[in-house]
Amino acid sequence: MKTALAGRTTDVRAAWPPLPRRTRPHRKVLTIRTPIPRRAAVVLTALSLAVPLVSWVALSASGLVPATFLPSPGAVLSAGWEMARSGELAVDVGTTTRRVLEGFGLAVLVSVPLGILMGTFHAAQAAFEPVIGLLRYLPASAFIPLLIIWLGLGEPSKIAILFIGTVFFNTLMTADAVRSVPRSLIDVSYTLGARRGEVLRKVVVPHSLPGIIDAVRVNAAAAWNFVVVAELVNSTAGLGYRIVRAQRFLQTDKIFAVLVVIGVIGLTIDVALRLLRARAGRWAA
Amino acid sequence: MTLALTDVSKEYGRKLALDGVNLTVTPGEFLCVVGASGSGKSTLLSLVAGLAMPTAGQITVDGHLITGPGPDRGLVFQTGSLYPWRTVERNVAFGLELLGLDGAERARRIDWYLAETGLADVRRSLPRQLSGGQQQRVAIARALVCEPDVLLLDEPFGALDVQTKEDMQLLIRQIWRDTGTTVLMVTHDVEEAVFLGTRVVVLASDPGRIAAETPIPLADDRDLAIKRTSDFLRLRASTEDMVRTWHRLRGEVTR
Ligand SMILES: Nc1ncnc2c1ncn2[C@@H]1O[C@H](COP(=O)(O)OP(=O)(O)OP(=O)(O)O)[C@@H](O)[C@H]1O
Ligand SMILES: [Mg+2]
Repeated sequence: MKTALAGRTTDVRAAWPPLPRRTRPHRKVLTIRTPIPRRAAVVLTALSLAVPLVSWVALSASGLVPATFLPSPGAVLSAGWEMARSGELAVDVGTTTRRVLEGFGLAVLVSVPLGILMGTFHAAQAAFEPVIGLLRYLPASAFIPLLIIWLGLGEPSKIAILFIGTVFFNTLMTADAVRSVPRSLIDVSYTLGARRGEVLRKVVVPHSLPGIIDAVRVNAAAAWNFVVVAELVNSTAGLGYRIVRAQRFLQTDKIFAVLVVIGVIGLTIDVALRLLRARAGRWAA
Repeated sequence: MTLALTDVSKEYGRKLALDGVNLTVTPGEFLCVVGASGSGKSTLLSLVAGLAMPTAGQITVDGHLITGPGPDRGLVFQTGSLYPWRTVERNVAFGLELLGLDGAERARRIDWYLAETGLADVRRSLPRQLSGGQQQRVAIARALVCEPDVLLLDEPFGALDVQTKEDMQLLIRQIWRDTGTTVLMVTHDVEEAVFLGTRVVVLASDPGRIAAETPIPLADDRDLAIKRTSDFLRLRASTEDMVRTWHRLRGEVTR
């Protein structure tokens, strides 16, 4: 090998000025992927909750905004209490939850097996991925008029919107989770005597389970969005219906109360699925 | 058990990875194949394991053509082939679960191999809690518990530090002598090949083919001290010379 210095007596590099050195600023809160002190984290989280809440209280108390636009937290609380006491809230929450369970449940039942097939077999991928990749870009809410023509105004069209809104994403995300199973793990299983079905059941599915639960968690949030959209159109019960009715009577406090309820339910589901995911993925931590 | 490769070639698209390999592994032997990176070592093992099919030629075990992977040819990769959600003992149990052995029979066998590989203390740990050397011992125990005719090792100690590597070399020699299993191991480490093998085969690169082979006439009960003896050093030097020569000649010589 011939190097730059080979056979030469003078080193041209002697005449070069030294390279400037970059000094690194002292550690700050904003250092990429570096933990911050626990106190700082708590303060930041508390602020993110307190600032909007305090502004709300201040703004509604100042009288700058009419109460029909922005009800006070107290009014929202009592509207919520009133709905809960009359039993109206329980019926609405029950109806909406049932729709989510049916529509999204159906979507999970279809998308998880389909995603596993697509992530495992190239034939299934070739057959379904292009179509699903396209369908997922069609907004589910745009299907509402069509579904009402096809299925009528009742429950089926609402379940169908939920299904359409979540099934495609959940399928593709499941397939991705399944595709991340290392090739070597599959190969070694065959050399240990496993047959195709056993590799699927004992290797592919357990390895991708945390990823599948993640997909379900993300799409459960989407399901809650779609159910309220679906209920805005011709229903007789449900949280979305309650919002539309409250709007008709300018009961902004009631709308706010329903929004808070939706938020709390969504958060609960998210936390529950997070715990499940943490349990299923303990081995990966 | 005799493993025989006859005129085995493997092409990946237009790339010839192995060219006309003839090789016989006799029962009870510890055969090491050495070659530079890209000489087709992993390709050779995946063909014997049945995970890939040769483009030409055939591979037989006791005269039976290999048509796919099976527990009669246990395979250990360099890294990362443990089931991360299974504890050590359940990793080792995988092959036996498939056979439907009853619990007591299974436990008896697992216990023996965990003890043999020095894993009894960590049997309930998850793979991520183990050191690299321990992880490779799990992979070896998991393959051996299926009582393979031949144990295939693909650079099993390549990712380990020197000290752990030597521990593992002693361990695999001990296991080989205790169990009487046949071993086919590929590595780029000539010292390792000479220390472990009863015979060493040198693979030339581009295309991968057998360049030379040499028996290792060292005692069966070797310990690390043998690495300093003149016999060992001479064998190691001559093998290194062969590997080096065939590495330099890559792509230039076609028989
Ligand atoms: N799936 C594949 N597709 C295309 N080419 C491949 C494939 N697998 C291996 N090769 C090629 O075949 C040749 C031999 O590869 P192989 O992995 O068997 O070498 P190796 O000796 O195991 O190398 P290393 O020491 O780096 O593991 C290489 O040139 C490689 O690029
Ligand atoms: Mg290799």
